[in-house]
Amino acid sequence: MASSSVITHPLSRRQILKGGAALGLGSAAALGLRPSWANPWGRTNAYAKGVEEGPEVALAIRRESLPVAGQQTHPISINGSSPGPLIRLKEGQDAVLRVTNLLDEPTSIHWHGLILPPGMDGVPGLSFAGIAPGETFTYRFPVRQNGTYWYHSHSGLQEQLGHAGPLIIDAAEREPFRYDREHVLLLTDWTFEDPMSVFRNLKTAEGYYNFQERTIADFFADVREKGFAATAEMRGMWAKMRMSSRDIADVTGSTYTYLLNGHSPEENWTALFKAGERVRLRVINGSAMSYFDVRIPGLNMTVVAADGQPVQPVPVDEFRIAVAETYDVLVMPEDNTAYTLFAESMDRSGYARATLAPREGMAAEIPERRQIADRGMEAMGAHGMAGMDHSDMESMDHANMQGMDHSDMESMDHANMQSMDHSSLGGMSDERNGMKASGMLAAGAAQPGSRYDQAGIGIDPDARRTLVYRDLKAFTPWTDRREPGRELELHLTGNMERYMWSFDGKKFSEVTGPLHFDKDERLRLILVNDTMMEHPIHLHGMWMELENGQGELIPRKHTLNVKPGERVSALITADAEGSWAFHCHLLYHMDAGMFRVVKVS
Amino acid sequence: MTINIPMTAAGAVLTMLTLSVAQAEDGYEAPDDWPSPMVEHNMAMALFDRLEYAVPNKGDEALVWDFEAWYGGDVNRVYLKSEGDNVQGDGEDAEFESLELLYSRLVADFWELQGGIGYQGGVFSDDHAERTYGVVGLQGVMPYGIETDLALQVSDEGDVSASVEGEYDLRLTQRLYLQPRTEIAVAASEVEAFGVGEGLNSVRVGMRLGYQVTRRFAPYVGGYWEKQYGDTADLARASGDATEDTGVVAGVRLMF
Repeated sequence: MASSSVITHPLSRRQILKGGAALGLGSAAALGLRPSWANPWGRTNAYAKGVEEGPEVALAIRRESLPVAGQQTHPISINGSSPGPLIRLKEGQDAVLRVTNLLDEPTSIHWHGLILPPGMDGVPGLSFAGIAPGETFTYRFPVRQNGTYWYHSHSGLQEQLGHAGPLIIDAAEREPFRYDREHVLLLTDWTFEDPMSVFRNLKTAEGYYNFQERTIADFFADVREKGFAATAEMRGMWAKMRMSSRDIADVTGSTYTYLLNGHSPEENWTALFKAGERVRLRVINGSAMSYFDVRIPGLNMTVVAADGQPVQPVPVDEFRIAVAETYDVLVMPEDNTAYTLFAESMDRSGYARATLAPREGMAAEIPERRQIADRGMEAMGAHGMAGMDHSDMESMDHANMQGMDHSDMESMDHANMQSMDHSSLGGMSDERNGMKASGMLAAGAAQPGSRYDQAGIGIDPDARRTLVYRDLKAFTPWTDRREPGRELELHLTGNMERYMWSFDGKKFSEVTGPLHFDKDERLRLILVNDTMMEHPIHLHGMWMELENGQGELIPRKHTLNVKPGERVSALITADAEGSWAFHCHLLYHMDAGMFRVVKVS
Repeated sequence: MTINIPMTAAGAVLTMLTLSVAQAEDGYEAPDDWPSPMVEHNMAMALFDRLEYAVPNKGDEALVWDFEAWYGGDVNRVYLKSEGDNVQGDGEDAEFESLELLYSRLVADFWELQGGIGYQGGVFSDDHAERTYGVVGLQGVMPYGIETDLALQVSDEGDVSASVEGEYDLRLTQRLYLQPRTEIAVAASEVEAFGVGEGLNSVRVGMRLGYQVTRRFAPYVGGYWEKQYGDTADLARASGDATEDTGVVAGVRLMF
């Protein structure tokens, strides 16, 4: 497997050898089992002189028999491994990436988060025609940024088959933080089912993968805790809306094996360190559908970059990573003990796990898993706002006050009440102060209805320090400080029953023409989530500056998580002429229609 | 039996479906030979909601089916629906209580408006009285999650009848569920050959306890009570049948 790719793709050989060196000779089997970049020793120094991996890389895409979680299966491989190899470029290079399609269907690679010419973005039908079977497409672009990114197929559902990998760009100048060693942690969700049948299951049988639905037992437990009236009222509201408060993930651990660097929790991939070292973890969520909550019990983490962009350090115990986001965190293990890298799926149906240890073969305790949470008012309000009359609203508040005052739900409800008040009752006085004569908020101001101070469903903010969007501050202000010239509001919409997902109620197949940005205009994009699910919204070709109230230190991202019922805004400098994809990065949501084209001209 | 009518209608509906799966207009200047960045897929699904053996107290044992299948996109679909039974030991062929080909359109988040043609009669033979009819229906999920199928039929003789079916799944565990269901039939005019009287025809109430071995395969057991009313009951009495009965069933819910 690995050896064959060495022979047929000489350009990838260096990378494989480099990764494999630390494993020693005779570890060919091990090479096949783990992506070649998943070197347990990581890199001792990211500023190693003579970064050689780029600028020219050749990648061969195949469908081949490989083991995943100890079971032989048929993923898509890139240079013989699935997920694919680490691509390492350096800021300032002119990258030349030759991608050869050895599949029997068209393919593509999109360089997620990279600012590059539109023809090199890798979206079939927008950037280029795609890569036909047997063809090689050469991507050429100047590398004008640095940080932690990833790449993946933008063709059909190929990403679900492991057609993804990390993309790391070393900085041309010194980064604002120092470290002794780095590890890349790529999270993915693997299923042994055919991705098309996963999609069909979602389309034809609602709740197909949810084996954590509420049962009669939950009802009686709630009655004991909250009384019959409050429980009946709450459940009645959900039932009336024909929705499930346990609808947290569409595809769950019932079919997914959550992988970390291509390895299942049982395989326990190990990242090595020496006590006292400062270790940079480049965490990438390359999942098709799964949000994760990442923590390392016993270690404090310091978030230093988000979506590849440096941020002011944020000390945390845990962070939620939406699909397609990346976070860089620093940890400093002082002792020669093992630590568990624990990434629990948002719906608590499973987890990915690896070990951070001073030597191979060690393991630390796996933390106790949390129970699935029930969605609260924010999700219900979001979905039902249009059709709900006053009596419903009253009973909602009522139930909210009485019924849901327990454990981790409490904080959510609080926040909920706040956000509901903001959006529906006009409690906007503080934000109004920042309003411009144009009637728009000042650049960087948080929209009413945003919940940047919450990590989201299933997180108890009192249990540990959890990263929230409010914490993100750019390390240095970005250059374009203009006020937005206009606002573009888009609603995230869906029909859960039919598994239809869309923007403004229209699937991609139903819209006529692209969204238009004027070249070089500065605009505000407002995303309003009218559904009860989270959506990681990704814009190609341009940064989105998240207006989280941090003033001139507005952070920029390529993927924005929008929670149920939330209103999120971002400033965009439309400096990239061309047609760009704009979509929900949940693979099956995108495929179900949550996709638009942005045309900058 | 006029099988050619359903076939023609099916052809027409399929043509409409094909036409409706259009892609978004470009407007982003992609060359013609490039694919669309997102492609929609038509889907197909088939479901035996009930495939069961019924043992009534008074009547004859029977194999009963309640089947539906669809093909299409999110909004426009073609449905094939059938209910029927094969009464055991009567020496007669199985009978379609209904065999319907419908065009279905999503008219609200939870509701599909359906219309088409149907056939009632023997499956393979002319053992049973036959008729064709036109049907208009509304299928969907009511608030509180009650799966509902409302249908109005007009036969080739101009006889009008209607039926409503409701079904609810109460989750006992992640796989074990209790399913109450009901069926009510009414008719505007008497049709003796089919044992249909004017007014309320029959009410049937059942309860099934199922276990989802997978989401697509759930064996179940259950019981039901049914009663015929008014003229319909008189017709049943005249032919020596019971007007009220209870029974037990065992079967599977199968989804493909």
